[in-house]
Amino acid sequence: MTVENPTEIQSTIDKLVKENKIMVFMKGTKLMPQCGFSNNVVQILNTLGVPFETFDVLSDYNVRQGIKEYSNWPTIPQVYINGEFLGGSDILIELYQKGELQQKVEVALAS
Amino acid sequence: MITPEQVEQMIKGELPDAQVQVQDLTGGGDHYQVTVVSPQFAGKGLVQQHRIVYDALKQAMSTEAIHALALKTSAP
Repeated sequence: MTVENPTEIQSTIDKLVKENKIMVFMKGTKLMPQCGFSNNVVQILNTLGVPFETFDVLSDYNVRQGIKEYSNWPTIPQVYINGEFLGGSDILIELYQKGELQQKVEVALAS
Repeated sequence: MITPEQVEQMIKGELPDAQVQVQDLTGGGDHYQVTVVSPQFAGKGLVQQHRIVYDALKQAMSTEAIHALALKTSAP
């Protein structure tokens, strides 16, 4: 396991967050989520039918730790919309149920 | 592992006036569902509310004593 320079990891993460309107850091992939919480996030975004990028933190130990520092948030998955941290799986579900997620996503994709 | 009572105590350590409901999802003492209602959440966004609870449980989460935590927070 190589431990990269923390500053580089943070800028790698920042790039992913800034370059993708909807970015998800999760365990596993869209097709094979490796955790129930990550699966919830993928299912909700699939239901909305919007394009989103994912990063599998299980494939990269540095990003797995670095993302928690990036957002000051201790758990994964983490969802970013338009460069902003939106929350984890519980918050995504709640926003979806209130109809607020659809709104946020539409605004982000239209910008 | 950690008991539901310990989870409740840790949260109340940070939010003494909170109503806390703790459910052990698997019976294994490491997968929890927690509902927290506190006046201190008023006017705060969900991210901030969840951060306060995560902070209260910081040690148990970073050591993986709590492996999974489903969280629901609100103001009364």
